[in-house]
Amino acid sequence: MLYIVQTALELGFQYALVAMALFLSYRVLDIADLTTDGCFILGCAVSVTCAAAGHPFLAIPAAMLSGAGAGFVTAFLQTKLGVPSILAGIVTNTGLYTVNLMAMGWKANQSLLRQDTIFTLFRDTGIGGNWYAILLSGAVTVGMGIILVLFLGTRLGLSIRATGDNRDMVRSSSINPTFTITVGLCLANAMTALSGAVVGQAQKTADINAGTGIVVIGLACLIIGETVVGRGSMLRGAVAVILGSILYRVVYALVLRSPIPIDCLKLVTAIVVALAIAAPTLRQWWAFQRRKRAALSACRKQADGKEAS
Amino acid sequence: MLELRKVSKTFNPGTVNEHTALNGVSVTLAEGDFVTIVGSNGAGKSTLFNAVAGDFFVDQGAILLDGQDITYLPGYRRSRQIGRLFQDPMRGTAPHMTIEENLALAYLRTAKHQKAFFSRVSKADKELFRAQLAKLDMGLENRMRQPVGLLSGGQRQALTLLMATMVPPKLLLLDEHTAALDPGTAEKVLKLTREIVEGEHLTCMMITHNMKNALELGNRTFMMDAGRIVLDLKGEERRGLTVDDLLVRFRAGAGKALDNDRILLSEG
Repeated sequence: MLYIVQTALELGFQYALVAMALFLSYRVLDIADLTTDGCFILGCAVSVTCAAAGHPFLAIPAAMLSGAGAGFVTAFLQTKLGVPSILAGIVTNTGLYTVNLMAMGWKANQSLLRQDTIFTLFRDTGIGGNWYAILLSGAVTVGMGIILVLFLGTRLGLSIRATGDNRDMVRSSSINPTFTITVGLCLANAMTALSGAVVGQAQKTADINAGTGIVVIGLACLIIGETVVGRGSMLRGAVAVILGSILYRVVYALVLRSPIPIDCLKLVTAIVVALAIAAPTLRQWWAFQRRKRAALSACRKQADGKEAS
Repeated sequence: MLELRKVSKTFNPGTVNEHTALNGVSVTLAEGDFVTIVGSNGAGKSTLFNAVAGDFFVDQGAILLDGQDITYLPGYRRSRQIGRLFQDPMRGTAPHMTIEENLALAYLRTAKHQKAFFSRVSKADKELFRAQLAKLDMGLENRMRQPVGLLSGGQRQALTLLMATMVPPKLLLLDEHTAALDPGTAEKVLKLTREIVEGEHLTCMMITHNMKNALELGNRTFMMDAGRIVLDLKGEERRGLTVDDLLVRFRAGAGKALDNDRILLSEG
């Protein structure tokens, strides 16, 4: 059980950054950014390749920078060239496949054997004991969350939020939507790449297919978190994605432990995602059915009462 | 303050839908002028505003604001100097952001903060917001942390007015900004408009379909028809003019009667 909790916390913190990126692009900026899958692998590939070359720390900003670059391409396609936002993400994502191969030296995967990673270096300091991986992942994610919440309160951050909230208003105020969308997508994809970078160094490997479907998982974490924590302020959103991500990993670990065969994992993921997204609607439907039944039975009682008299 | 030189705009040129919305408009506004604009639907009132605000670039002519040629300046850059309100109260504020955040957005766009992307509002700024909100007399100063989406149309329009004028703009454009409000609220927002425009000595243009308002407010009145300003009333000539006089003058200027139910209905 402790092992499940530890794994869930570690993976939850690491993948929470993807959900945080989606919170920024999908919730705040109101853009469905499908660059995520490729961008995650890009961060992973750049990070692992840098670490393999003996630069585990440099790997992190390098990965974030490459992610921001991917975000910039998507933003450029949709703001300057008029490509619809979903297509822009898909196009960038497709191109990233080749870029990712390139980043790993034209190989489909890259492993770290004896090289230091931020995790091994942190373990050697002795801080946190057995919980070192959770501590480090948590620090990165919570730190990023704090930076994001603070950023969204600045002039630029408020402008980005207004861009997603009311395009009409933005058009008639002194905000340049091209600029805010570009900054927002660069930042979101830098966070996705950061997630990939941390995951890559934790697992000591990068694989060209490691990020397939990550956007769906990120979205699931976001929505699970919002179902539990609720929506509202930016702080609430940042807490929601971290909590949602951890909860998702708990469910995931439980499924792995259960008799459900491992081959069914993707189907279970899809069902969990669908249920999480449908939860508010289902809850409403259920409440309505109960009200209706109560009203009907009250009616019937009244009618019965009249007949009896 | 604002100068338009032979400004023209034709939509869909060369097609059956060709429509000349502005036809060589030339006009100069002095600093502190408060102009009310009336005219039938399709006369070019809103197009005039859109041209000045930079929603599109004009086909011909030049637009100068405070001596600066802004003819080809993109809209978002003009809006640092031009405040604007629309008929739809939903257009001017971000519904999921709090009152405080909306005000911060408007406040931080000033020249002082223009390049400072990471500036935040301080405690002193928040006190300023509170004082400004109190002036609206709608109790909004106690709801600063609530999302704007919870406010009524009138409250949102008053807030938008405050946001547009908190940092005094060189020009304020009001496009029927009280038309979607109930009569009582409209009256209140109009009163606020008068107080702010006169208090800050703003240069302002206001489109209205209410002839009475058009004559009561401001110091100058334009009548528009077919993309031209057919009547420019000011000073002695404007004083003591009644709504009936205005209709007569319009017929003389445009060569036809003013055909707009809303104008006729709002005479009283």
